[in-house]
Amino acid sequence: MAKVIIDTANHIAAYAAKAARVQVVAAYPITPQTTVVEKIAEFVESGEMDADYIRVESEHSAMAACVGAEAAGVRAFTATSAHGLALMHEVLHWAAGSRLPIVMAVINRAMGAPWSIWPDYSDSLSQRDTGWLQFYCADNQEVFDTIIQAYKICEDKRVLLPAMVCSEGFILSHTAMPVKIPDQEEIDDFLPPYEPGWVLDVDNPFSHAPLVSPEWYMEFRYMIQQAMENSKKIIEEVDKEYGERFGFRHGGLVDRYRCEDAELVLVTMGTMGAEAKISVDNLRQEGYKVGLARVRAFRPFPKEVFRELAETARMFTAIDRHVSFGFEGFLFSEIKASLYPRQITGDPPLISGFLAGIGGRDVTFRDIEKIAKKSWNWMEKGKIEKEIVWWKLRD
Amino acid sequence: MVKLEVKIPQKREDLPITPLSVPMIGSMGKTGEWRTFKPVIDYSKCTRCLFCWIFCPEGCIERQEDDSPKIDYEYCKGCGICANECPTKAITMKREEED
Repeated sequence: MAKVIIDTANHIAAYAAKAARVQVVAAYPITPQTTVVEKIAEFVESGEMDADYIRVESEHSAMAACVGAEAAGVRAFTATSAHGLALMHEVLHWAAGSRLPIVMAVINRAMGAPWSIWPDYSDSLSQRDTGWLQFYCADNQEVFDTIIQAYKICEDKRVLLPAMVCSEGFILSHTAMPVKIPDQEEIDDFLPPYEPGWVLDVDNPFSHAPLVSPEWYMEFRYMIQQAMENSKKIIEEVDKEYGERFGFRHGGLVDRYRCEDAELVLVTMGTMGAEAKISVDNLRQEGYKVGLARVRAFRPFPKEVFRELAETARMFTAIDRHVSFGFEGFLFSEIKASLYPRQITGDPPLISGFLAGIGGRDVTFRDIEKIAKKSWNWMEKGKIEKEIVWWKLRD
Repeated sequence: MVKLEVKIPQKREDLPITPLSVPMIGSMGKTGEWRTFKPVIDYSKCTRCLFCWIFCPEGCIERQEDDSPKIDYEYCKGCGICANECPTKAITMKREEED
């Protein structure tokens, strides 16, 4: 029987690693991630989880150990946050380039300096171009489901790339919510044992990722891009299959909420997306035709979904928990780029960008309602009055 | 699983998903061409201790039937480790053009 437990998103991530029958966990503690790997250590120690637990001296080594484990043909898992993820940076490229489907929980935390332990996306978004899929979760159930799904997606022969399953530190990591954990047999049926794309073999020695000359390097990069493109379809398929089996669908690439007839579509990720659903309901009661597109997969970026939404929406408002210094919010950029073909054919929607929640500043449904109303006002006027708004920035 | 066939790719479809290299002679071409200094063995001083054979980082020294070493000049890069390790100074490094 499936059971419902009430626990924090970090503990839930540990339950997901156990349910995915992860065989190697290599980990180094860092706030706010630590309780993920502490819980896994408990599982391994008590014998509930049959995995090798490798205690390493840094996150760089944690990822290197995961690369080694997957290259030896077993399912690996790790978790990190902020500066730990930054220290892994080099090895993230090795994991993706070697086409090893490692799944890692990233508990988002703002990067220093100055020191912060509170959430924003400056850590994971700094790793945008490493060739990892990136998923962003809005609640604890989604953390569990996405980790299980990520293994299925990443291990698919059409993908074979690693994935980060991101959730905001403290907002989710240390907050308990009820989560349904399906039967282990049902999960095993959904997620069969890992079949590697290639595996190290002592009887047939070779080295992986050797020097590749300019004659062939580009082709390997092209294949990663193809795998990313392939993964879009597989993310949708896996979301559908998971929903049919276990009853939870989170929206595949993009969680679309009341978008069918929406004139204004709010675009955000993670818990701001959960909060925005309340805002959408309230705004709808007041007569505003507002919808929400909560981006679940930031890489691959679902540009096709936004092109589809732009068939009906007159305006998009991005609410970003991270700024690319010297430019703007990341979703703001991506939506504009995705809708470029529409600018050529005419009739492009208006797009505005708000920066909110940076360094963990609270963003409530009331904030999102105000952002939506400001955007609605600009939409009526047909003019974006301020290109980038830092929401609740002190004078 | 990736098939471990040793073949030279002609097209993109010939590539595995990630580059894997199988040990084989000459996968990077004739590295002996990189050499500036050439190790030359004076067999009258050689005691067949095989230090050079053990220390050669490239596996370019062959151990012959009588335990005497033989350098493969097609792949020896001329690093000079063998000359440095030889206890009887039987190996000397000579500039390529001196020959």
